[in-house]
Amino acid sequence: MFSSASKSFYIGRMSELPTGPVAAEISRRLTAALAPTRLAVIDDSESHRGHAGHDGSGESHFTVEIESPAFAGQSRVARQRAVNAALGDLLRDRIHALAIRAKAPGE
Amino acid sequence: MSDDVQARIATAVNSADVLLFMKGTPLFPQCGFSSRAIAILDHLGVEYATVDVLQDPAIRAGIKEFSDWPTIPQLYVKGEFVGGSDIMMEMYEAGELLDLLDQNGIAHA
Repeated sequence: MFSSASKSFYIGRMSELPTGPVAAEISRRLTAALAPTRLAVIDDSESHRGHAGHDGSGESHFTVEIESPAFAGQSRVARQRAVNAALGDLLRDRIHALAIRAKAPGE
Repeated sequence: MSDDVQARIATAVNSADVLLFMKGTPLFPQCGFSSRAIAILDHLGVEYATVDVLQDPAIRAGIKEFSDWPTIPQLYVKGEFVGGSDIMMEMYEAGELLDLLDQNGIAHA
């Protein structure tokens, strides 16, 4: 379990930039909703600079890698729906693209 | 969302054994996720149909409600929602997409 939001994500491999407020909010919401045993929020935005959906601020394209006991026995579709539901309006209004890898512990 | 759009989507998903709602066309996908979905289907060697949601804003919005799934692409097999590109990739890597085609009697390479 993570003691604070600032430790619950790591800075994307593709970017030298510090992890921004959208990534922090993704991390915060997923931590609150799904109590992950492992969570990485990776900002892929830099590799999409200049094409549709990149708004210039950086944070638009993300990959979430999440392991949570809540996913045990759930289908892939159910797991992604749970992640999408936790992100709520963030997904609709702020995130252009989100790749999700969701596992239960031990998988 | 109008019932008419939902009815059109229902007709579409039952019109082909394998149907992908995507952005762009198989030859010119307009999004990396749609491009990846097409690459998987091509690699499976399965016959599929596509719907370009960029050509129809009503379908683009309606498909998200139809499946309770917020993103595109979306794969349907025999009228059943399978998932988006992340799930397609996971199932492909696990051999489960081929299993799904076999279970439904759909020819592939």
